[in-house]
Amino acid sequence: MKYCLYCGNQLENNITWVSILGRESKDPSFCEECTAGLEKISGERCKVCSRSLDRLDESFIIEDLCLDCHRWEREPEWQRVLNKNLSLYTYNDFLKDLIARFKYRGDYILIKGFKKMLFEVSKQLTFDIAVPIPLSSERLLERGFNQSEAGLITIGLDPVHALTRIHSEKQSKKTRHERIQHEQVFSIVSGMDIQGKRVLILDDIYTTGSTLRHAAKMLKEAGAEEVSSITLARG
Amino acid sequence: MPIYSSQTAPFELSSITRNPLTPFNFSPELQKYLTGRTLLLDELAVFHEMLEEHIAHGYVGWYQGLHDPNGKYTCGRCGNKAKHLFAEFPCSRCGNSCVYCRNCIMMGRVSSCSKLYTWTGPHYEFSHKQNSLAWTGTLSEAQAAASQKAIEAVEQNNELLVWAVCGAGKTEILFQAIEKALQTGKRICLATPRTDVVLELVPRFRKAFPQTEIAALYGGSDERNLAGQLIISTTHQLFRFQDALDVLIIDEVDAFPYSADYSLQAASQKSRKHISSRIYLTATPSAALKNEVKSGKLESTIIPARFHRNPIPLPRIVWCGNWEKSLRKKRIPKKLLNWISFRLQNNSIPFLIFFPTIKIMELALPLFQSLHEDIAAVHAEDPNRKETVVSLREGRVPGLLTTTILERGVTIPRLEVAVLGAESLIFTESALVQIAGRVGRKADFPTGNVTFFHYGKTEAMLAAVRHIRTMNKHAEERGLFG
Repeated sequence: MKYCLYCGNQLENNITWVSILGRESKDPSFCEECTAGLEKISGERCKVCSRSLDRLDESFIIEDLCLDCHRWEREPEWQRVLNKNLSLYTYNDFLKDLIARFKYRGDYILIKGFKKMLFEVSKQLTFDIAVPIPLSSERLLERGFNQSEAGLITIGLDPVHALTRIHSEKQSKKTRHERIQHEQVFSIVSGMDIQGKRVLILDDIYTTGSTLRHAAKMLKEAGAEEVSSITLARG
Repeated sequence: MPIYSSQTAPFELSSITRNPLTPFNFSPELQKYLTGRTLLLDELAVFHEMLEEHIAHGYVGWYQGLHDPNGKYTCGRCGNKAKHLFAEFPCSRCGNSCVYCRNCIMMGRVSSCSKLYTWTGPHYEFSHKQNSLAWTGTLSEAQAAASQKAIEAVEQNNELLVWAVCGAGKTEILFQAIEKALQTGKRICLATPRTDVVLELVPRFRKAFPQTEIAALYGGSDERNLAGQLIISTTHQLFRFQDALDVLIIDEVDAFPYSADYSLQAASQKSRKHISSRIYLTATPSAALKNEVKSGKLESTIIPARFHRNPIPLPRIVWCGNWEKSLRKKRIPKKLLNWISFRLQNNSIPFLIFFPTIKIMELALPLFQSLHEDIAAVHAEDPNRKETVVSLREGRVPGLLTTTILERGVTIPRLEVAVLGAESLIFTESALVQIAGRVGRKADFPTGNVTFFHYGKTEAMLAAVRHIRTMNKHAEERGLFG
């Protein structure tokens, strides 16, 4: 018997050739209704952050960029720091609850429901190493795992711990301005050689892009050739 | 599906780890907080600094989070044993791969390296005095008889089933029994399946027992740090208690999630003391509970009449043809259409129409909105559920479409109800009795229309009508009307 990874309801057994031949994936999955709760980002997207441009007001679109990315890119300091971000889903109420259960309640296995999608998206990017967004040691102890690392492991990548955190994570309590402008929160782990490497970073949510860009900037300064990212949700 | 039984055994726990008790100046705050509770380290944040010395002196001990005697896991908090509700993760606390329980994950993760701490020193004694009842209302004859039975159950540490029709005034029946328990220093929990009900009951109990420490416990409650001599909680909160309660009152004992969730039943057994009383409240006892009454295993008391001394309206059963087909053709079945039109025209009588599934309800909503644009729909996942129900109560919307989520706990003056597709399996006898029980609850408007629209009569529909008729007859014989 199989159950939905999220709501726990029994999955309907659709008998197909795949199931008869025993070729069905053994990975846990979401039921039809829960899958319907996830909104895939599609259509016109911002060239950098992959945010949907279809539902964005005209005044927030500048050529093929969203206003946020346009603002980042016009600052010389931040220009091309993040090569490209790909987000899977819109950060709606359903995904908000799901990510909260994964990250804050610590229901680790939920990430496996995104395995296939994360894997497919990772194939659209080129990279040599995968680096998780680090948590502070207090937060890591509190949560018991690092959600970014969990995502990388799920798609079979070997996380390279090139970054460490020097400030707290309390992002949600800050305004956009504070989040973007405040000083660097990451540093490079000493002895890490990332010279000339193309790096993939992964996080749960892209909100202002500040976390990913700060991480990318550190990696670029340490010699990375290019930094791309994947997130489950685009806020 | 297991059915609630008073005989459900509590689950096996790992054995407790504790040091021998050596005299020590212990913290009375920790004693009060942790007596009768089993909590994770994260839930004891305020006490972290003093925990170590209390453990050293034997005042605090712990159970292992998960119990795995022969490779089969049991969650030490919720009693979950279902294999598919355990998962593994690389744990950065212990550095190993840890198994954790997904059944109670929303209350914080219990994993194989977690400890569940409990108080092992002399137990905190609750006050015997200053607990008098401030409520001055009077009980109806039937309520008074049930109240007397409840007092006896508390005094003799017995079990009691209070079978009270919808609108009988169950809460008032408990007042005197709770007062008796409080005044003998007992700890009491009234557990109900829904947070809405906790929020509704707490102010009533605070008013009735102004000097008593009452803790309202539910997901997101800010009173989790209160010990509470009287605890009003959702059933899930029972997971955090062990060997704590002298009186456990379980509201709507037949309702979801009790009737479906073995671990909740086991946890309710775990939360009470070995010698304690249990009182079950319901309008629609399960067959298993009725059998226990019949065979003499369970004491019971029946309140067949409402507090306003009027009979419960009998449902009408009306055939309405293939309603599903006509909805798909964008037509409301004619008989239901007439029923609604009458309610919309005549002094706008507020109404609820129950649907078997969310899907069909959402399909039908636009058809109903073409009759009146303000008709809305509510279901379990609807975040605005409460506000929508309030807008019906305040007359801002004429009626609502709903699923069985509103079968309990809704009281709206003059309300009338219809069930569409009453033959659906989701409309069990008890669901239909509860739905009919929404009508005529106020003394000013004691009657009203209840109609089951169907495409094939079921035994459940007939049983629901029989159920209500029997209760009314019973009440008449006991002279409880008029």
